[in-house]
Amino acid sequence: MEHFSGNGYLDMELLRFTTAGSVDDGKSTLIGRLLYDSKSIFEDQYEAIRLSSERRGEPEVNLALLTDGLRAEREQGITIDVAYRYFATPKRKFIIADTPGHIQYTRNMVTGASTANLAIILVDARKGMVEQTKRHAFIASLLGIPHLVICVNKMDLMDYDQQVFERIKKEFQGFASKFKVHDIQFIPISALKGDNVVEKSKHMPWYGGSTLLYLLETIHIGSDINLVDCRFPVQYVIRPQTNEYHDYRGYAGRVAGGILKPGDKVMVLPSGFTTKIKAIDGPEGPVREAFAPMSVTIRLEDELDVSRGDMIVRVNNVPEISQDIDMMVCWMNPVKLQLNGKYAIRHTTREARCVVKNILYKVDVNTLHRIQDDKEVGMNDIARISVRTTKPFFFDKYQINRFTGSVILIDEGTNETVGAGMII
Amino acid sequence: MQSYNLSHLRELEAESMFVIREVAAQFEKPALLFSGGKDSIVMLHLANKAFSPAKIPFPLLHIDTGHNFPETLEYRDKLVKKLGARLVVGYVQDSIDKGRVVEETGPQASRNRLQTVTLLDAIEEHGFDALLGGGRRDEEKARAKERFFSHRDEFGQWDPKNQRPELWNLFNGRKKMGEHFRVFPLSNWTEMDVWQYVLLENIDMPSLYFSHDRECVNRKGTLLARSEYIKLMDGEKWEKMHIRFRTIGDMSCTGATVSQANSLEEIIQEVAASRVTERGSRADDKRSETAMEDRKKEGYF
Ligand SMILES: Nc1nc2c(ncn2[C@@H]2O[C@H](COP(=O)(O)OP(=O)(O)OP(=O)(O)O)[C@@H](O)[C@H]2O)c(=O)[nH]1
Ligand SMILES: [Mg+2]
Repeated sequence: MEHFSGNGYLDMELLRFTTAGSVDDGKSTLIGRLLYDSKSIFEDQYEAIRLSSERRGEPEVNLALLTDGLRAEREQGITIDVAYRYFATPKRKFIIADTPGHIQYTRNMVTGASTANLAIILVDARKGMVEQTKRHAFIASLLGIPHLVICVNKMDLMDYDQQVFERIKKEFQGFASKFKVHDIQFIPISALKGDNVVEKSKHMPWYGGSTLLYLLETIHIGSDINLVDCRFPVQYVIRPQTNEYHDYRGYAGRVAGGILKPGDKVMVLPSGFTTKIKAIDGPEGPVREAFAPMSVTIRLEDELDVSRGDMIVRVNNVPEISQDIDMMVCWMNPVKLQLNGKYAIRHTTREARCVVKNILYKVDVNTLHRIQDDKEVGMNDIARISVRTTKPFFFDKYQINRFTGSVILIDEGTNETVGAGMII
Repeated sequence: MQSYNLSHLRELEAESMFVIREVAAQFEKPALLFSGGKDSIVMLHLANKAFSPAKIPFPLLHIDTGHNFPETLEYRDKLVKKLGARLVVGYVQDSIDKGRVVEETGPQASRNRLQTVTLLDAIEEHGFDALLGGGRRDEEKARAKERFFSHRDEFGQWDPKNQRPELWNLFNGRKKMGEHFRVFPLSNWTEMDVWQYVLLENIDMPSLYFSHDRECVNRKGTLLARSEYIKLMDGEKWEKMHIRFRTIGDMSCTGATVSQANSLEEIIQEVAASRVTERGSRADDKRSETAMEDRKKEGYF
């Protein structure tokens, strides 16, 4: 293949995207189609799903089987948990998270969407937006996914009618005007037949926009990380304890924001001590700059007491430091959120306990109205809450930084992750 | 102007190093599963970077089926010595001798599945609470579903229908006594990424990955290398072929591919042009549609 012969292939851009939408809207079929038409499916994979489709008496090869790999998923014909798939074109490398539409598995959708730069939200052309479409769209906006691509699917079942597409587009725009999205685009497609996925549709001459693949290859993603506010959560302290590195003391971690340089005046939280960065060791040796999401090791001029869960920041730009945190939470457990309940809370590399002080409101995902009279937060509910932690946390608003604005709540009895919190 | 974008390989590298450090920080007794295959070699390379200039703060664990390629063991021992790492070996033969497992018989016999028992025994014996594995999601459809931090109950079992949510890069490694985690730092790497990274970092690889002459038998499309562990069936014969291995596992089930690729650049071109997945040559996955899921539920790698 031509494009792998040069050396440029060692330096490609990575785009992480997720699917979203209601059950049976065609998410998995679309991913299968995208992989198939971009020639990213291997012969043995294709042969396996062909045989499997035949065995189940399906008239055509079911491309959804490429991602629906679990026994239970194949038996029920639905997606239960996120499947990750990978493909590359000469322009980009892609990591796809194909998530389930079924309401019962919303938490798996949140899992897949939490690391995405782009979400493809499917809408069944016959049904228009349903509650689950709205829930997913709202979750995608809460998660701060910068790019949304709305694919109106199954156009083949609606005679590829422009009116249908325009009506759903308008409906979606009306809904989306109530929340924050940076970039939103619409494409009429048929995942089953392949219209506007990789090839331009012959059936919809009225659509002048680009195909889904073209959009994925060209959408601008460079500016999605925070390069302004320096944040370095200390993950692990490296002390070689050998003669050669007797005095070496390095703070390993992943840059969560800003650009860090040797010589920078920094402050270590929570102690508040200030010092300078002596050196930054990257995976290939010393570096002159470090930015998100690099994994590096920082050495400081002075010997300070720094440990996991501490944060290194610039002296003149510190995050919020507080034991009281307000957040939107996606609840992901059948056991309801307890007012005054205690949970373990994890933020960057810092862990503590917290108590839920207040449940301010729940969000009605159909209307995005605040529900103030019913504060029972159960599985799949989205609510605004405030918690008080046992020790101070150093955080930013989620809107400003996804790494320093996110927390998870853990049930201390079962150890399960029960809530995903976005700090506001 | 300076660009603040990482290339895909450096981004994957950063993600994997983060995950490996997280394991060292969150667990009391982790170990790194080292099989001598390319994924575990890359994982070890990343672990070495993650803690440099200190040594890797946990041992390597090799589950030895007794059916290894001699090249694998030689490579393993050399690398362990070079890194000054600690190596723990769990022998499938010991599990057989103790009556913990019964050896499969017949010409298709493989010790691949038996490894699970040896692995779980080793975890219990050494009290490991987290095992780093080189599994990649692009390898197989059940692996495609697995979390970075994959929880195992006290029987070592995976429950694919009830995985914990895993959000952002906030990994929850909390567990009860007797439970453990499997952690996969290379989750998001593809076979292509692995080879490109090997080239980028100039990592020394076992000779088995490069094309060479070897006697093999073609068994239903799988080319098995000649060894005392493979018994010919009716109508089969050993033939000299020019091959290399895309994956390296137990000799009884690892298939070779006919290949001329003799350098990293040639391997990358071959991978780019390949029309079958690397596991297409693994006899262990061909046993049933959900063979991998079933093995993983029992506690396989
Ligand atoms: N006619 C038509 N059928 C489609 C199209 N896309 C998907 N389907 C069918 O819709 C059904 C559901 O498709 P899936 O891809 O499994 O839907 P999904 O959104 O992944 O479902 P969940 O993951 O369970 O939420 C299947 O029978 C598909 O064949 C399309 O463009 N046209
Ligand atoms: Mg699906």
